[in-house]
Amino acid sequence: MQQTRLDNTFKHLGESDTKAFVAFVSAGDPDPVTSLKIMHGLPTAGADIIELGMPFTDPMADGPSIQASSQRALKAGMTLKGTLDMVRQFRTDNDETPIVLMGYYNPIYIYGVDAFIYDAKQAGVDGLIIVDLPPEEDEELCIPALNAGLNFIRLATPTTDDARLPEVLANTSGFVYYVSITGITGSASPKRNVVEEAVARVKRHTDLPVAVGFGIRTAEQAEAIASVADGAVVGSALVDVIAESLDSHGRSSPETVTETLKKAQELADGVKRA
Amino acid sequence: MISETELAMSKANSYTTGPDENGRFGIFGGRFVAETLMPLILDLEKAYGAARQDPAFLDQLQDLQTHYVGRPSPLYFAERLTEHYGGAKIYLKRDELNHTGSHKINNCLGQILLAKRMGKRRIIAETGAGQHGVAVATVAARFGLPCTVFMGATDIERQKPNVFRMKLLGAEIMPVTSGAGTLKDAMNEALRDWVTNVDSTFYIIGTVAGPHPYPAMVRDFQSIIGQETKHQMLEREGRLPDTLCACIGGGSNAMGLFYPFLDDESVDIIGVEAGGHGIDTPEHAASLAGGKPGVLHGNRTYLLQDDDGQITEGHSISAGLDYPGIGPEHAYLKDTGRVTYVSATDREALDAFQLCTKLEGIIPALEPSHALSHLGKIAPNLPSDHLLVMNMCGRGDKDVFSVAEHLNVDIG
Ligand SMILES: Cc1ncc(COP(=O)(O)O)c(C=O)c1O
Repeated sequence: MQQTRLDNTFKHLGESDTKAFVAFVSAGDPDPVTSLKIMHGLPTAGADIIELGMPFTDPMADGPSIQASSQRALKAGMTLKGTLDMVRQFRTDNDETPIVLMGYYNPIYIYGVDAFIYDAKQAGVDGLIIVDLPPEEDEELCIPALNAGLNFIRLATPTTDDARLPEVLANTSGFVYYVSITGITGSASPKRNVVEEAVARVKRHTDLPVAVGFGIRTAEQAEAIASVADGAVVGSALVDVIAESLDSHGRSSPETVTETLKKAQELADGVKRA
Repeated sequence: MISETELAMSKANSYTTGPDENGRFGIFGGRFVAETLMPLILDLEKAYGAARQDPAFLDQLQDLQTHYVGRPSPLYFAERLTEHYGGAKIYLKRDELNHTGSHKINNCLGQILLAKRMGKRRIIAETGAGQHGVAVATVAARFGLPCTVFMGATDIERQKPNVFRMKLLGAEIMPVTSGAGTLKDAMNEALRDWVTNVDSTFYIIGTVAGPHPYPAMVRDFQSIIGQETKHQMLEREGRLPDTLCACIGGGSNAMGLFYPFLDDESVDIIGVEAGGHGIDTPEHAASLAGGKPGVLHGNRTYLLQDDDGQITEGHSISAGLDYPGIGPEHAYLKDTGRVTYVSATDREALDAFQLCTKLEGIIPALEPSHALSHLGKIAPNLPSDHLLVMNMCGRGDKDVFSVAEHLNVDIG
């Protein structure tokens, strides 16, 4: 597979011994225009990688924050096609920041796997994280995506034991996303020493960078986790800021973009201290 | 067009070989779950594989089916319904007489024994009508395990008697407000709990859906319905039934009745989905009639969804049928043509509910009332020696309040 934006990003970060800040927002939250503004601002606020959620009605692995964010986006009319359009517009003036789409398989299955891979690649997507496609279902999307030059980033979890890790890592590329807790997004925050051990365990099986996510809410937590991994992923804490900034009708306010990017900047600063 | 499913069929020459080692029935089924759960469902598959071959496990299950549930349930000749329709000879498989009032207990006993075997310390479940929740709460009480039941807020409102029963049995009820607050949302929430409490918790899924091995496992535990029916019919009439009919939410009572007959070519098999306000409106829960294949809750199957692959809310008068999906084996049986799937509307189910109550002195649950209403469409045109079996999979005690409301009767 040729070098992707993800490979380049981790290479550059590695050379300067800095950690990656991976920022998650749902595409279209709270509305397509505001969401695109947030997306545009994230790299300047310090995000090295953007994880863009593909909204879905039934996000089984997500907690209340990301569920709500997904619902806001759907209510504002976001679709998978709309998500790809956002990526396309983002790419008109940013060709460096890697974009990873994160979500669930059904919208892609309905879009059509081949059409989706083609359109995603054209739009400037670099990788995919599909929560409900474990290695047992690699034929569905993972293999065709890899063949098309898209990274397929797998989640490794505390329940993925040493016997299973090689299978999980086999078709993983770009980076490994270590889910620091058994649970849904936005729940309890992980302990640094536990994460350190877990990352070391994953690294015994792979040379890929390992980013850690689920439950990181503050700059301090981001710093602590990033110090024992190659990157930290934050989602719920960011979309909570979006939620809090909305007016009484649930519409974006003048603070929505600024407050979200301010939070991103804080988290990025934390990661960069690591 | 020859589908993969048909190809698989022509090779296997049997409808009972599924699922394959990947949990597939043709293209349906599978294991579409988050990595956190994957090791658990592999464990479960192994544990179930061992248990089903273990005579001690099977003996204990059978003993409980006999003495705790009250099986075998009768196969009852419904003389007055038969007379009323003036055609086929109608039999009712009386699973509503089971302890707890529905077929759900058949499956719950199997799964709780498995949970014990696997050393699990806590039980979770989703429920729609509350029949599965009651059955889970019952076996959890019987085996002394704490139990949490996820139930949509809408369903809690329309199934109050069952909510109270579950509480009496010691279960904790977690109201689910996401989505429309019905069965689909309850299942999402149960899966979220399971991901969080992987070590301690056993998830008792209530129908033939979810990731492999659930669809096959639940079908196996429910197949006792069909096995008994076969035996009882041979004893009564000296031959197999001509037609089977069952209602379908996720499809477990139907799979249980159908499965032992799938390779009996002479037997016509009919599944009845919930037509809500009509399958030509958006307000129904007939995933086979109005949905298309997609992936939700761990398996590929027919789903009610929009053009963007977003799942739409089902609607049915019956909380137990109000689910936008259906078990993957039914999806396969539809595509192969082995089983015919039809639907009945809310109105038709309500009419059948009243008719059966008045003619047979049996108050059916709203779920099997859908299957009952289909009898009215086919029985009159069939000869009097045609043996028609309907699965009376639940009793209507839980529904009397909501039926009163639909009939505009105030019972306080
Ligand atoms: C009496 C009864 N029948 C049928 C169903 C639907 O489930 P299934 O299609 O799995 O049998 C339910 C579900 O709650 C039920 O309570």
